[in-house]
Amino acid sequence: MTNTLAPVLEVAQLHVGFDGTEVVHGLDLTIMPGECVAIVGESGSGKSVTARALLGMAGADSRTSAKRLRIGGLDLGAASEREWRRERGRRAGLILQDALGSLDPLRTVGREIEDPLRIHLRLPASERRARVLQLLADVGMPDPASAVRRRSGELSGGLRQRALIAAAIALDPPLLIADEPTTALDVTVQARILALLDEIRERGTGVLLISHDLAVVSRMADRILVMREGRIIEQGPTGAVLESPREDYTRSLIAAVPAEVPRGVRLSASPVRAATPPGALPTISSAPHPAHDPAIVATPLLELSHLTKTFTVPGGRFTAVDDVSLSLHRGETLGLVGESGSGKTTLARLALALTMPDSGSVSFDGEEWSALDERRRRPTRHRIGAIYQDPLGSFDPRWNVGRLLDDAVRGAREAGTNDISAGPTAPVVAALLDQVGLAASVAGRRPLTLSGGQRQRVAIARALAGSPELLICDEPVSALDVTIQAQILDLLDDIQRQRGLALLFISHDLGVVHHMADRVAVMQAGRIVESGDADAVFARPEHPYTARLVADSPRLPR
Amino acid sequence: MTPGSPTEQRRSFGGATLRRAGLLVAGAVFVLWAVATLTFFAIRLIPGDPAQAILGGPGSQASQEALDQVRSDYGLDQPLIVQYFAMLGRLLTGDLGTSYALKLPVADLLAAQLGGTLLLSALSLVLAWVLALGLAIWSTGRGRIASAVGEGIEITAAALPHFWLAAVLIAVFSVALDWLPPVGTGTPAGFVLPVVTLAIPLAGFLAQVMRDSLLDAMQQPFVMSARARGESAAGLRVRHTIRHASLPAISLSGWALGWLLSGAVVVETIFAMPGLGRTLLQAVTLRDIPVVTGVVLLVALVYVLMTVLTDLAARIADPRLRQESGR
Repeated sequence: MTNTLAPVLEVAQLHVGFDGTEVVHGLDLTIMPGECVAIVGESGSGKSVTARALLGMAGADSRTSAKRLRIGGLDLGAASEREWRRERGRRAGLILQDALGSLDPLRTVGREIEDPLRIHLRLPASERRARVLQLLADVGMPDPASAVRRRSGELSGGLRQRALIAAAIALDPPLLIADEPTTALDVTVQARILALLDEIRERGTGVLLISHDLAVVSRMADRILVMREGRIIEQGPTGAVLESPREDYTRSLIAAVPAEVPRGVRLSASPVRAATPPGALPTISSAPHPAHDPAIVATPLLELSHLTKTFTVPGGRFTAVDDVSLSLHRGETLGLVGESGSGKTTLARLALALTMPDSGSVSFDGEEWSALDERRRRPTRHRIGAIYQDPLGSFDPRWNVGRLLDDAVRGAREAGTNDISAGPTAPVVAALLDQVGLAASVAGRRPLTLSGGQRQRVAIARALAGSPELLICDEPVSALDVTIQAQILDLLDDIQRQRGLALLFISHDLGVVHHMADRVAVMQAGRIVESGDADAVFARPEHPYTARLVADSPRLPR
Repeated sequence: MTPGSPTEQRRSFGGATLRRAGLLVAGAVFVLWAVATLTFFAIRLIPGDPAQAILGGPGSQASQEALDQVRSDYGLDQPLIVQYFAMLGRLLTGDLGTSYALKLPVADLLAAQLGGTLLLSALSLVLAWVLALGLAIWSTGRGRIASAVGEGIEITAAALPHFWLAAVLIAVFSVALDWLPPVGTGTPAGFVLPVVTLAIPLAGFLAQVMRDSLLDAMQQPFVMSARARGESAAGLRVRHTIRHASLPAISLSGWALGWLLSGAVVVETIFAMPGLGRTLLQAVTLRDIPVVTGVVLLVALVYVLMTVLTDLAARIADPRLRQESGR
């Protein structure tokens, strides 16, 4: 490196446009060696396009211009593709969000990391291999010698991300650009990856961190730039931006982080929806009960007792759910947290009786549920709704939203329930759309044309079509930006209050679960290791696993 | 979930492979039996008398006594079901019978013809791959016009019938330009037109599949990662996208060889080349049942072998297929 005092990145008046539409409007940014700068904004704010434009990779159909663009002291403002190619990997490394897709699944991790060495340096093959092993050791990969022969599909999410980082820092570039590097990772893995990036920064690398989640960047960013609609609307030292934000938009981003926001306090700026006029919507007879009313505690709505489920895997059997007992009362929210692979989704499927337990039983509203045969279960199915992380896969792409909901309403009626009034379905569909905060015009659109938040609203509307008493939510907000996540969480909260729903709320995100749940159960390797009142469990975790999850969860310094 | 240790995965790979091999052998036996059965009954739907064929075809004016003699010699006077089981019995012992028309053992006849047809098909498959890959690479990442041109060429090529293509090629390269012989002479030059005739429509099919998966691969984040490391456009293709684009085409190649063998019937006839295709055509016209059955069984066997080979090739090319438990 030439001069450690010179900035590793200097950008002035960066403009990026596609087909005549400008999406980044004059961005200025300077990063010093050993400094971490974060760009925060929602999807579509232009932050990922910025990251790519900084490497001359905004796309063939894009137009990028900048008054100044210097990386590691070299002027690349007017660089040709050939010149860019010589500098990519050498002056700047890029880490993308999805490590499974960001490493070629057909090639070994060793080859991927070797690539920048092969492209930019003239080294004998044996020396390249030695460097690869050293890089893998540097990024904390266990057993580098065997890891080099693995492919991305054979590694866990965290190890994949480490391999990707190793490839990005192979030539020790002065600048590292990390675009959502920890999204989709478990909290403990996320904490370790952020610690690794912080180590790299301490060695003198300038880091540009891009994320939608303020809590994640607040851990390591020195400065924060808030981006909205292609413009930096606010910037400053991390502490200053978080403590005294000047812009409403920044405030809404901060408010959207659910960690440690008490239950019932709204996360989004959207107004509380006016109560739906009575009669317009099918309602269930039971009035909402506060969860702590002792009268209802006696009769749980959903009861899981001693559930065990194993699956056959190559080389033996894998116990996904191991002797789990839980109960959920009307109007209550039970949060279920754990990392991926801990058995949360299997438990949800058991509760829905989509999977049958090896032993143990599920009862619903005091009656046998999992042991029934499907024909006898069907009339009751509409009383349990479910929403998932990715609703798109559960929508027929040729159907518009109106037809999807209409189908759900008819399905619930055919199930032979008396609580749902007969008559035309159109008003019911309209009322459902209204309740989830969607305009009536959305009925005519197809799911593919909707945003992630709108799709999840449609999924919720569909789950409500059968007037359920229980809603099972499996990672309902994991694929959403924090601001959209906040709106969906608020919506679920409103609906629960209006309808007296019981929620089984499953997430890997402690902040989200803490915000939503009355009681919480912590799941590890198929077992419930700790359960109890949400505030108590998160404030004073008793099990070491819970304590680790709590410590690793990103939160804002409040 | 963390993946199992390497040794665990290797063990499960071995077990899974054995299971697959067993299934494949059972499947192959079933296919061959079904093919033999269908051919046996189907050929009886063709009008004409096999005894007549044995005695030299319809023009031979054989006497009634001679016909009766032949029928009882060849067991053609037995009930159909008896004939069927007699044939199965012979097949089980590896005896394909004797040609009615040529009075030669079918096995010897096929052995003499198989080489030429397999060479023709294999060369066509290789040429089709080269053409398809070239077209797919040329027409992607080069803007809308190249993409539309590529698509047009693919669809046109895939739709060309062999007999028409052969006639045009002969008219141009043999008659007008006099560069290449219009008949398969057995020399390398004689192979050119038949191979091109077979390869062009197949290349159209393969290119369509390759271009789709090439476009898909170019959208993947790993391409962005590789570019960010300084990889060149050519490097991206060689090390990343072409491998992804080849996967579906490899799977298609088993089907393609079968398709080429059936195309060979037409092409060998047009170019007057010796080969399985022409043998089959002649045998069907002459109602030479043992030869027809023999050719059809042989083609089925090649089909089955190719399916196994492409399956194996796909597993070598795509490591993801080797790990059953991984996501």
